[in-house]
Amino acid sequence: MIVEAGHFALILAVVFALIQGTLPLIGAHRNNATWMALSVPTAVAQFILVAISFAALTYAYVTSDFSVYNVAANSHSAKPMIYKISGVWANHEGSMLLWVMILALFGSAVAVFGRNLPPTLKARVLGVQALISVGFYLFILFTSNPFERLLPAPIDGRGLNPLLQDPGLAMHPPFLYLGYVGFSIAFSFAIAALIEGRVDAAWARWVRPWTLVAWVSLTLGIALGSWWAYYELGWGGWWFWDPVENASFMPWLAGTALLHSSVVVEKRNALKGWTIFLAIVTFSLSLLGAFLVRSGVLTSVHAFASDPARGVFILGLLVVVIGGSFTLFAIRGPALKSGSLFRPISREGALLLNNLLMTTGAAAVLLGTLYPLFLDAVGGGKVSVGPPFFNAVFIPLMTPMIAAMAIGSLLAWKRGDLAQAMGRLWTALAAAGAVVLLVWWIVADGPVLAALGMGLAAWLFVGTVAELTVRIRLFRVPVGESLRRLSRIPRATWGMTVAHAGMAVVVAGMVGAGNWKVESIQVMTPGETVTVAGYDYTFRGATEVQGPNYTATRGTFDISREGRRVTTLYPENRNYPVEKRPSTEAAILTTFWADLYVVIGDPDKNTATGGYVTRIYHNPMIAWIWAGILIMVSGGLVSLSDRRHRVGAPTRHRAAPIGAAPAGVRE
Amino acid sequence: MKRVTYVLPLAVFLILALYFAVGLSRDSSVIPSALIDQPAPQFVLPPIEGNSGKGFSTADLKGQVSVVNVFASWCVPCRAEHPLITRLADMNIAAVYGLNYKDKPEAVLAWLDSLGDPYTEIGADRNGRVSIDWGVYGIPETFVVGKGGRIRFKHVGQLTAEKLEKEILPIIRELNQ
Repeated sequence: MIVEAGHFALILAVVFALIQGTLPLIGAHRNNATWMALSVPTAVAQFILVAISFAALTYAYVTSDFSVYNVAANSHSAKPMIYKISGVWANHEGSMLLWVMILALFGSAVAVFGRNLPPTLKARVLGVQALISVGFYLFILFTSNPFERLLPAPIDGRGLNPLLQDPGLAMHPPFLYLGYVGFSIAFSFAIAALIEGRVDAAWARWVRPWTLVAWVSLTLGIALGSWWAYYELGWGGWWFWDPVENASFMPWLAGTALLHSSVVVEKRNALKGWTIFLAIVTFSLSLLGAFLVRSGVLTSVHAFASDPARGVFILGLLVVVIGGSFTLFAIRGPALKSGSLFRPISREGALLLNNLLMTTGAAAVLLGTLYPLFLDAVGGGKVSVGPPFFNAVFIPLMTPMIAAMAIGSLLAWKRGDLAQAMGRLWTALAAAGAVVLLVWWIVADGPVLAALGMGLAAWLFVGTVAELTVRIRLFRVPVGESLRRLSRIPRATWGMTVAHAGMAVVVAGMVGAGNWKVESIQVMTPGETVTVAGYDYTFRGATEVQGPNYTATRGTFDISREGRRVTTLYPENRNYPVEKRPSTEAAILTTFWADLYVVIGDPDKNTATGGYVTRIYHNPMIAWIWAGILIMVSGGLVSLSDRRHRVGAPTRHRAAPIGAAPAGVRE
Repeated sequence: MKRVTYVLPLAVFLILALYFAVGLSRDSSVIPSALIDQPAPQFVLPPIEGNSGKGFSTADLKGQVSVVNVFASWCVPCRAEHPLITRLADMNIAAVYGLNYKDKPEAVLAWLDSLGDPYTEIGADRNGRVSIDWGVYGIPETFVVGKGGRIRFKHVGQLTAEKLEKEILPIIRELNQ
């Protein structure tokens, strides 16, 4: 009964979305205030209905109602409660329901919090948002209905892939979707602006907080996914350039570019067409990701049940949404008047460089991801483009970007002074040089590029701090005056500083983990010791243990360094009888400089001595990657708390933006 | 900026969409073998220890249409497709050879005892070296080889009745003409 109510609520939500997607748009065109105002209650009602629908499916999972096909196929009565709940979105149908719920959540949030938006803009944004929703509702109802019944009901369910029974992965899709779907707001704002034919500083200010929310969520979502792959898949790696990973990385790159270009629109009234283009591209890449993952056009380690009928439907949706918005862009885009041309050596010039490198990066990832598809379509056979391509293309693109990041934030708007900026970066340059030499000295036989990479990270970190000291005129004015300036720095600026510093930490982690990883695969018998990167790993044997819904072989490894005991690790090789699949649980000791990572495999068949295949990895600085990402995310949150972005706060109207800010004054 | 630049994204997207449409119409699970229409690799394999027979080598593939089935006793899908292999052998339209992949003699003999031995000859590939030459990367795999000893068809994974009827039998009949 409750399940049918959920199904019905979903159908009702389509009706409300249809109203929200038509009348307010017509109202905005005819300047009919009543019709425009309809967008708010319909957006809220639509969200409540999808939430009911989602709650109904969750209820079916929690109560293990196996008469629902979706529950029977993806859940099991013996599963811990947290995975019964996360099971709702760990399958195609349920995850699409989560997708539309978040879409409606963002729509209703704009409806409720966007009180200061001009009525026509608001009606158009919500109208466009509703039309996207309609597309996805129809997709769910026609090709992926999670409420389908299964009669007679099986006695128990088929269970959830044990790899997915993990707390990190339980939270990965919700954050990822908050990111993907969050960019729909920027998209809707872009389409609304194209319809209105007007993009100005106020528009950029309205879009920015939504873009930030989406960016923060997507960043967290990607980090959670990569962290999960690191400790759960047991390969010791954290990024594999898999098509599905790329599908989340492309919108991240485009979204990061969008965050930066919208600043230029706000401060300098320039790059308008480009920003609109990026807003469309970012959400389009999110949609493209959904298409690639679910249609089965590309094979990936992420085994989402793919179905050609779904692929055809999503492709249709892509053509309507992306094709439609680019058509609108082609017609209305040229009418967007930008401010005057600007000089390459300026803050906006640096931001443009960032944008070009970011979008080129996104295009390269897109090309690498789709290359197998292109080749297959022209009859060139099946190939796969691996990490060598991506590393060869991506690292050279990102290196100048990171080098320029430290300089760009020191340049003034409109007309910067490169010599002056570089003069302020001598500390950063010195720090980078010192780090290069230090790394070279410590890891004498390591790759030279690793030392340079560490130098680059140091350059960015110290450069970011140097920018802060210049801003508060540290040592140029009395300390009290510096502190006063420090306390007056807007939160948005703090956000930039924190995020850039976090990026420096991420770069250091990537360079360290990428270049100095040591791995050792061998058969170990109890009592045997293997030395990896200076640590001695002694295998003490393995025992059988019983978990809630699995049995496991648990190995015991004593780890010591130069005779002193460090820790004992217990990796497991789990076997889930319901799902008939194994799952490795790596045991990891995270220290400041490195992760010690132990995996126990199958017993060795060739020896009768109780030997096991073991894999031991020494992953230097890998924790820095996730620590840095968390710092970046907190930078985004700090920026989000800036009062200028606080939705509902009265907007300060600036006088003519062009040329209003005197050169050399930064905000 | 020129008007053309604003049309560019649409044009690029439409080309992309076209590729997607083509991509959707193709089955990504079909992986063509580089060996199709190539002569079968040169190899000589001994019989399974303790089994009658002379083993299996490249020379056996000449003169008649052959089916080469890569199998092992430890492989569950092989057990599942075994009745279909038996049915194919009983039709007497092609010589059915077995390529026993990384198996223990006693295990495979017990397996053949309980399920029946439909194979004309079986070659024991204990270290998997010959299977590498055949481009095997997941068993079971089934090849159809023409009278001249050229590989004409390859199927990866468990055979199904439908696959046998609709693809393999027509190819064998065609090669027999």
